[in-house]
Amino acid sequence: MAANHLINNSKADRFILLLNKIILSLLVLIIIVPLIYVVLGSFLQPSILVTRGLSLNPDHWTLDGYIRIFQDGSIVRGFFNSLFYAGSFTLVSVTFTVLAGYSLSIKDLVGGKAIIIFFLFAMFFNGGMIPTYLVVRSLGLVNTPWALILPGSIGIWNIILCRTFFRGLPNELKEAARIDGASDFRIFISIILPLSKPIIFVIALFAFIGQWNSYFNAMIYLDDRSLYPLQLVLREILVQNEVPQGMIADQLARAEMQRMAEMIKYSSIVVSSLPLMVMYPFFQKYFEKGVMVGSLK
Amino acid sequence: MRDEIEKFDVQSTKVKELVKESKPPKKNKGKLKYLKENYTLYLFLLPAIILVFIFNYMPMYGVLIAFKDYNVAQGILGSDWVGLDHFRSFLSSPNFLLIFSNTIKLSLYGLIFGFPVPIILALMLNQIRRTSIKKNIQLILYAPHFISTVVLAGMIFIFLSPAGPVNAILAPFTNGPISFMSNPDHFRTIFVTSGIWQGAGFSSIVYVAALSNTDPQLHDAATIDGASLLQRIWHIDFQVLKPVMAVLFILAIGGIMGVGFEKAYLLQTDMNIPASEVIDTYVYKRGLLAGDWSFGAAVGLFNTIIGLILLVITNTVVKKLNGETLY
Repeated sequence: MAANHLINNSKADRFILLLNKIILSLLVLIIIVPLIYVVLGSFLQPSILVTRGLSLNPDHWTLDGYIRIFQDGSIVRGFFNSLFYAGSFTLVSVTFTVLAGYSLSIKDLVGGKAIIIFFLFAMFFNGGMIPTYLVVRSLGLVNTPWALILPGSIGIWNIILCRTFFRGLPNELKEAARIDGASDFRIFISIILPLSKPIIFVIALFAFIGQWNSYFNAMIYLDDRSLYPLQLVLREILVQNEVPQGMIADQLARAEMQRMAEMIKYSSIVVSSLPLMVMYPFFQKYFEKGVMVGSLK
Repeated sequence: MRDEIEKFDVQSTKVKELVKESKPPKKNKGKLKYLKENYTLYLFLLPAIILVFIFNYMPMYGVLIAFKDYNVAQGILGSDWVGLDHFRSFLSSPNFLLIFSNTIKLSLYGLIFGFPVPIILALMLNQIRRTSIKKNIQLILYAPHFISTVVLAGMIFIFLSPAGPVNAILAPFTNGPISFMSNPDHFRTIFVTSGIWQGAGFSSIVYVAALSNTDPQLHDAATIDGASLLQRIWHIDFQVLKPVMAVLFILAIGGIMGVGFEKAYLLQTDMNIPASEVIDTYVYKRGLLAGDWSFGAAVGLFNTIIGLILLVITNTVVKKLNGETLY
């Protein structure tokens, strides 16, 4: 690094480095300005933000959008539904994926090859949206939380990742424990699991966020509004432009309702994205790790 | 933790020799006995096998309905065979060319404009010397990846609405507000640009990591030989990224038929359908919403097959050119 620094002193090179910094700063602005705009719009009336820009007049600032969101149940209920779905999905997914990965990491497992082929085939071929829907429906899972928790919970790629990871652990650990009389189950719980915390954490993180942010399965499998996850409620508000009446019904004038609805859009974006946005910097290194293990063959 | 492992290690190597002697050779055991002794391992596999069987294999069997006239009463087996009728009626329908080309265009534009951005970003980030600054820039660039598709679509509707900020900025240059979301001409631009905004930063992670493994001596040597910064970036950094690019490119081509249809569906309005209807949104509407199960399954299968063919072709071509392959 230091050596690198010394030799970059040709004029052209320094100009390019400067240009590089300027362009990167602009890119950072392009990413961050829309996000800040939404956050500001949730406190300031959006029409004012458009017409007058950032107003410092305290009359224009309000918490009304947030108050209305928390008074009406839909978003709050969606939030807890999503928490439940994403949590259960992660639990099912991680548990069964790691268990399967462990068994397949045993080198002399009879039938192991056949089972791996069974999994790999399912990774490359799928029945598609309609046949999958028909299976879920015929099992009676439509309109139940199971429709979001079970399908897709076994990440085949993750099984392979776990298998590769477990193979990398020193075999002697297992052998020694076996001499001491430990069962397969005992070996897995007390020796393998404690050594695998990072990879399990990465898999769990990606499973949770994937489920938290998805809407499509919920849209096709759930009709009952009380089961809606957050993303479906958001879809109504943001995309279909149907703000729950409970949030704006007290406004008499139509224009006023419209203005309120606009503001609620901003606040609901903030409320729904805040948890991930706040947590994400702490997990950044795990995301990077996750992408890397995902990209290695 | 490390110490424990090492201790374990030392002990176990001693024990291992003993084990080798005491362990009866596996081959002499009967299959039943083997299963009995290792049943836990199979128990561990059972839930995953059952779930994959139900949610991956049963739908594969269900694909049969693409060749039948499926109705719920008769079930998959009982329904009448119709052969390739559904495929024929899809291929000859007036919508086919439009939907097919929408799918291809949307992903091809996404690939052409979206693929180079993470690479350029990584090369640019690599020139930032101060680690703390670099980390903070990355933190911001990755952030949009964690926004959900629904929220992204919502932001697009907000920003591009006739009374929204983008029209406010453009106002001096246009006659009246542009209704972006109801004009099919703007759809692809919006789709691709928002995709880059959301994903380019996060996609650069792989490239950044590859660059951080570059041998710094290469750069020193090149500099001594008088190479300029741009020459070093081209001849060293870019070459390091090539294999990664090849793998990601093959994967991207394989995914062409599966364009982010969840986003396309959200951004679809009655007015922009001529550009926003892709195969998967069509499958969803015809198959699930209208209950035309067999037709929907047939169109979905068509899509999957084209995707697989593309994957195999690209893999072969890239292999010839580059020696890098996926499988």
